[in-house]
Amino acid sequence: MLGRVAPAATQVTAVVNLQQNRNMATLKSISIRLKSVKNIQKITQSMKMVSAAKYTRAERDLKAARPYGEGAALFYERAEVAPPEDEKKQLYIAMTSDRGLCGAVHTGVSKVIRNRLSEPGAENIKVICVGDKSRAILQRLYGKHIICVANEIGRLPPTFTDAAKIASAILTSGYEFGFGKIIFNKFRSVVSYEQSDLPLFSQQSVQSAPKLATYDSLDSDVIQSYMEFSLASMLFYALKEGACSEQSARMTAMDNASKNAGEMIDKLTLTFNRTRQAVITRELIEIISGAAALE
Amino acid sequence: MAMALRNMLRSASRRLQVRNYADAPKEGDLALTFAAGNKVFYDKQVVKQIDVPSFSGSFGILPKHVPTLAVLRPGVVTVVENDGKQNKIFVSSGTITVNDDSSVQVLAEEAHPLENLDRSAAQEALSKAQSELSSAANDKAKAEAAIAVEVAEEIVKAAATA
Repeated sequence: MLGRVAPAATQVTAVVNLQQNRNMATLKSISIRLKSVKNIQKITQSMKMVSAAKYTRAERDLKAARPYGEGAALFYERAEVAPPEDEKKQLYIAMTSDRGLCGAVHTGVSKVIRNRLSEPGAENIKVICVGDKSRAILQRLYGKHIICVANEIGRLPPTFTDAAKIASAILTSGYEFGFGKIIFNKFRSVVSYEQSDLPLFSQQSVQSAPKLATYDSLDSDVIQSYMEFSLASMLFYALKEGACSEQSARMTAMDNASKNAGEMIDKLTLTFNRTRQAVITRELIEIISGAAALE
Repeated sequence: MAMALRNMLRSASRRLQVRNYADAPKEGDLALTFAAGNKVFYDKQVVKQIDVPSFSGSFGILPKHVPTLAVLRPGVVTVVENDGKQNKIFVSSGTITVNDDSSVQVLAEEAHPLENLDRSAAQEALSKAQSELSSAANDKAKAEAAIAVEVAEEIVKAAATA
């Protein structure tokens, strides 16, 4: 008996809900929505301000770090170091960070790596993810290519110590790679950045470089220390470029978000006013028709 | 007549405004790029001579030096600029590259002008590093402490000569 009553009750409430939904949203739900969008706009505005401040600092640091990175890569260009033709074991380093809400910064870098890994002959390519975002993107399909992840990137501006830690992790990872690439976002301007790469060579490639003989008084110790230091320098440079691109992308993204939130607020305010007027009109009609019925 | 005069004056002034590109580094000039992690001291600037302390010995570099690579040891890098001014900068470690086009890149981990070094603070750092060396537990800690001692000794030496 009780069981038969319950479905009937739910059927009645369902009919009532349908009637309520037919009145658009109620005033209360529109005003709740309006308040939450206004809060979101405040949050995205403040995130934009914070990113703008971090961006000015990152750009200043980048200006100081640019000669560093270019100088570190210059030797390999001048000595015409090239990887051996049939190089199988490669290492890709993805420079991203831990924090999101910064546009297509992390997906850009991960896409470059993903495209390379989906080509044939990618079994011996290993990936080191600097920053949790690239790990999250690459883990699903290419989890077995990832050998190392660095996190706590993005909170503070990068220092040479961070780059040195990553460099020592690469060298102690035990993966003997013949050729490597650091994939990072190169900062072009406040509104544009592009994916770029820096090449990494193994000691063997350097020692078989055609122009190495022109360099005087070298032994393998010097070459090894030199390569370790230039690895750290290039990582430092890539970290700085990546940080600057990330902050500028976050600034743009948050600015767009605030603009979109502003548009939503305008539209919601209009519907709120329309709904309010409709409610008042309905009440007036009920009163007047009620009064007219009494006469 | 007036127009001819005006033209002459204009062309004369234009000749006076001709820019010399003598500042751009030519092939064979010592174009120095000296950068540290936090600061750039020289960016492709032409200088006369650089003296660097390296693990394979201190050496001076003049234009058209033979290409070489070296690892810097803690010490003072002296840059002699084109006008004869000497600039002394302390470096903690790093690398130096002399390329075949006579350009030199000095990439230091940390570099500070000698004037910024404080003698008493350096002395303190040295004694602290030495105590750490004597109390070091394993090989790795000993090696790190030895490096700290070496750097601190060099800072004290450099600060003494400042």
